[in-house]
Amino acid sequence: MQNNAWRADFPILTQTIRGKPLTYLDSAATTQKPQAVLDALTHYYTHLNANVHRGVYYLSEQATKAYEVARQTVAEFIHAPSVSEVIFTRGTTEAINLVATSLARLKYFQSGDEIILSGMEHHSNIVPWQLIAEETGIVLRVIPVLADGTLDLDAYTALFSAKTKCVSVVHVSNVLGTINPIEQIVAIAQAHHVPVLVDGAQAVGHIPVDVQALGCDFYAFSAHKMYGPTGIGVLWGRSEWLHRLPPYQGGGDMIRSVSFEKTTFADIPAKFEAGTPAIAEVIGLKAAIDYTAAMPWNMRLAHEAAFTAAVIARLQTIPGVRMIGNAASRIGVISFVMSSAHPHDVGTILDREGIAVRVGHHCAMPLMKQFAVPATIRVSCGLYNDETDIAHLIPALSRVIELFGRPESHHG
Amino acid sequence: MDDALRDLYQEVIVDHGRHPRNRGVLLNANAVHEGYNPLCGDQLTVYIREEAGRVLEIQFEGHGCAISMASASLMTEAVRGKTVVEVEALFHAFHDLVTEQGKPSEAALGKLVILKGVAEFPMRVKCATLCWHTIRAALRHDPAVVSTE
Repeated sequence: MQNNAWRADFPILTQTIRGKPLTYLDSAATTQKPQAVLDALTHYYTHLNANVHRGVYYLSEQATKAYEVARQTVAEFIHAPSVSEVIFTRGTTEAINLVATSLARLKYFQSGDEIILSGMEHHSNIVPWQLIAEETGIVLRVIPVLADGTLDLDAYTALFSAKTKCVSVVHVSNVLGTINPIEQIVAIAQAHHVPVLVDGAQAVGHIPVDVQALGCDFYAFSAHKMYGPTGIGVLWGRSEWLHRLPPYQGGGDMIRSVSFEKTTFADIPAKFEAGTPAIAEVIGLKAAIDYTAAMPWNMRLAHEAAFTAAVIARLQTIPGVRMIGNAASRIGVISFVMSSAHPHDVGTILDREGIAVRVGHHCAMPLMKQFAVPATIRVSCGLYNDETDIAHLIPALSRVIELFGRPESHHG
Repeated sequence: MDDALRDLYQEVIVDHGRHPRNRGVLLNANAVHEGYNPLCGDQLTVYIREEAGRVLEIQFEGHGCAISMASASLMTEAVRGKTVVEVEALFHAFHDLVTEQGKPSEAALGKLVILKGVAEFPMRVKCATLCWHTIRAALRHDPAVVSTE
């Protein structure tokens, strides 16, 4: 793996932390932003700022145009068949809450109906369903995770019954890096006429996503995990579903007409975008898509695969390191534990070296329980990471052993 | 290696973290409390046998980082035989020590002074204080689980 030219596009990476160069290995939490995205935000606020879908004046017209062009860019990015199927949300979490809440409001669920999630879900694809379970009486069924960090598809198939009303699964695990076989998961669900929502938060920044090829009914993701701004995400949904679902929130921009007797709602996507949207962030998301579109996917995939393989190979040379998850189909989200030290202590020691990794349960407590660990250390990559980051990480991990001693036979 | 890290992870702390003293369930406890840090998942339960306002016996169970385990271990050693009032005073002194507020008496703190290095790591203060919030709640017979958030 060669050092790469993309790194220079990310100004934050040039700084030093406590006198050490910043080694950013937490892209699964949020990616850094390239200059192109920073420029787009500044340009918008400097030259274009006005509310969208409202003014008859020049600036509002230009802002509205930029906002809607961004929607078109997003539609092309995920291969959506129709641009009106792209709904801007605050992020993946809000997108999932939108679907869960609107399905419940549609009275789509009867008490005792079942929805299928997986054992590797982020809390954001568990808790929204639990919230509506309280009011609808639905039951959550869980696809087991196998020891290698893949889903047990036989067990998944066996979960279906006449009561199954929805499947909601993660595309790429934020802890294990596993890429789940969504096409297969969808095909099984379709055989039972059950819709599928896919949480794509960890996928969009690292693998090509084609919602039509996946065959799912809903796809949710966040801009900030694909080099875009925070506070903006996308729900893509099939038109049939979006027309059927009632609004998630009420407010301006989502109505056709309002009187105190009766309100009629706007068509999709406006029906689901109540209130002034995150206009600058939408434009920032477009800039992120345009920025990454300039790099061929095969180059990005090869770069991240080489980085992932190099990190795993080097980690395995450190005494007492245990990898959590080793799926064949994966991205550069790498979890491990060290027998000599707790993940939080490792995190503190790495931080002193200017190294940012995530330590903790990664908002996936059921998965931690499955692997019998309270927490893991997670190294995750972006297209800016390269050999220099590994050269900082590995000696810093050796320092953990220096402080805590060689691993003991038990893990305490 | 930087000095702040050496101060934080002194041999005594690493030792107590790895081999915590007074670990296990205390069967005849009459004050029990659970503490939890939802951000990092550290969890511990403090078991106390208290008589006439005095901590006669104390044990703890749980899991967490070296700092939280060492702090709990050192706390059990420090509070045994102390009155509830003395434990409360020790809590405040310890809290001041790790948050660098005021000038707590190092003599009163005794061996706990070794956790002074935590003050350099604001993100880790909760690891060191979780057990102390939990013992306070146990001695007050507070029904709610202690949470650092």
